[in-house]
Amino acid sequence: MTTAIELADSVRRGETTATALTAEALAAIAAGNGTLNAFLHVDTEGALAAAGSVDRAVANGEDPGLLAGVPIALKDNLCTRGVPTTAASRILEGWRPPYTATVVDRLVGAGAIPVGKTNLDEFAMGSSTENSAFGPTRNPHDHARVPGGSSGGSAAAVASGMVPIGLGSDTGGSIRQPAALCGVVGVKPTYGMVSRYGLIAFASSLDQIGPLTRTVADAAVCLEVIAGHDPRDSTSLDEPAPSLVASLHDGVEGRTVALVRELVDGSAADVEASVNASAAALRDAGATVIEISIPELRLGLSAYYLIAPAEASSNLARYDGVRYGLRVDAADLTMMNVATRTTGFGDEVKRRIMLGTYALSAGYYDAYYGRAQRVRTLLSRAFADAYGRADLLLGATAPTTAFELGAKTTDPMAMYLSDVFTIPSNLSGDPAITVPFGSGADGLPLGVQLLGPARSERLIFAAAQVLEEGAPR
Amino acid sequence: MTSLSREDVAHVARLARLALSDEELDRYTDQLRAVLDHARDLEAFDLESTVPTAHPFAAAAYLREDVVVEGLDRDEVLSQAPAVEDDRFCVPQIIGDAP
Repeated sequence: MTTAIELADSVRRGETTATALTAEALAAIAAGNGTLNAFLHVDTEGALAAAGSVDRAVANGEDPGLLAGVPIALKDNLCTRGVPTTAASRILEGWRPPYTATVVDRLVGAGAIPVGKTNLDEFAMGSSTENSAFGPTRNPHDHARVPGGSSGGSAAAVASGMVPIGLGSDTGGSIRQPAALCGVVGVKPTYGMVSRYGLIAFASSLDQIGPLTRTVADAAVCLEVIAGHDPRDSTSLDEPAPSLVASLHDGVEGRTVALVRELVDGSAADVEASVNASAAALRDAGATVIEISIPELRLGLSAYYLIAPAEASSNLARYDGVRYGLRVDAADLTMMNVATRTTGFGDEVKRRIMLGTYALSAGYYDAYYGRAQRVRTLLSRAFADAYGRADLLLGATAPTTAFELGAKTTDPMAMYLSDVFTIPSNLSGDPAITVPFGSGADGLPLGVQLLGPARSERLIFAAAQVLEEGAPR
Repeated sequence: MTSLSREDVAHVARLARLALSDEELDRYTDQLRAVLDHARDLEAFDLESTVPTAHPFAAAAYLREDVVVEGLDRDEVLSQAPAVEDDRFCVPQIIGDAP
């Protein structure tokens, strides 16, 4: 399949047009979406209009941008002005945001063509995309299985070849876990590297937007385009986007990579075998591979499932039936709030709102939320210690290959365990990438994860490139 | 940490403006209890001397230039509201007797 970089090159050289590429993507979506349910909304008119302006720029001899004519998919928790944005929730059904997320503006500015909005677990809460109010997305490799989540729609859209680039958001693994389960590359950048303006908030101290792509190089280009300070996000790092493409082939010669026991233990045998094979590939490329233990990482899951719901319970208080979205009428204001929220939110969202409200409530704050925040400090210190011994860390992305639809829907704790290897990076704010590496005993894709300290994207991408080239075919 | 009761869940649902059926109350109590039980692993560590982290990086407040920038379009914003009156968001009556 052609990469985003190749597509943009051919548009810039006049060998094809943005309109042709867009029409191709729209046709692929029309053919496949009935089965996969990767897209919740397809913006045919907007996409063709955007493609037209890229083609005019090329015809006029203007620079159409790094991603000229490349069709992209946007997770439906990214606001798009005038285009329906639901976060896969009934409470936002039919909402047309009055503004556009910074990442979308930047991609369009680079010539990319947003073709539609992809399915997710409601408000990005879940690990299978089964919590969508608009039906689950199916894994393109096996339609009886989940694509992972919460960015399952973007992962499926990229893996099935509908588009070469999808945007997701990652609060506890929501880019990396579906990328691994669908066999694509997924990046959770350093917290603050990418603006969250226009991302519907779930847990603001953990949320970060990033790309899902078929190649490491495409992810590097996409991240270069979307990263960099944004005055409209006060948590955005006050620094320019890193250059990633230039150093993509720097390799890992002389680097130390630590395979972390806690990021492998408890995973299936085929997952562990794939991590070991990826370690060998890094060693073959000149890296020193050591094995370490970071016991604090075992606490990540518990800390996360107190902190993320606590922040969510606060962020989701805004859905009150007053300014946008659903309103269910009732006799007075409070009863209207209750009726609206009870009707509009799904099961998992209610569960997390209640969990978070409890963790923050009088008498329990110190025991739950306060303790989780202290553990967050422990975990960040433990990571910092590890980076004193190694440049990068290596582990599994998810404990298993894609599981069957319905397998974990009645047991929230079992579902939460899908994120056990991805959560620590969100708590520390550090970047991580998942790269496809072989397949499981069931023939389904596997991903391995590389983690690095804050702002180490250049290193991570160079190592990911080594893994991509060394992955079993 | 104490064990979560059905009454706790009912209380929290009220705070969060959610109405739960009896069946939901039972189910959520079991499910939330399972998550909180799992969180008991956090008790094993001595955290007295550890400061809490609210945010990954110490965030400085960025100040922008004091210049006028375009805000959201009022009509566009109001067009998305469930009920509007005189260019304002309209809510059910809060004070006094209902009409």
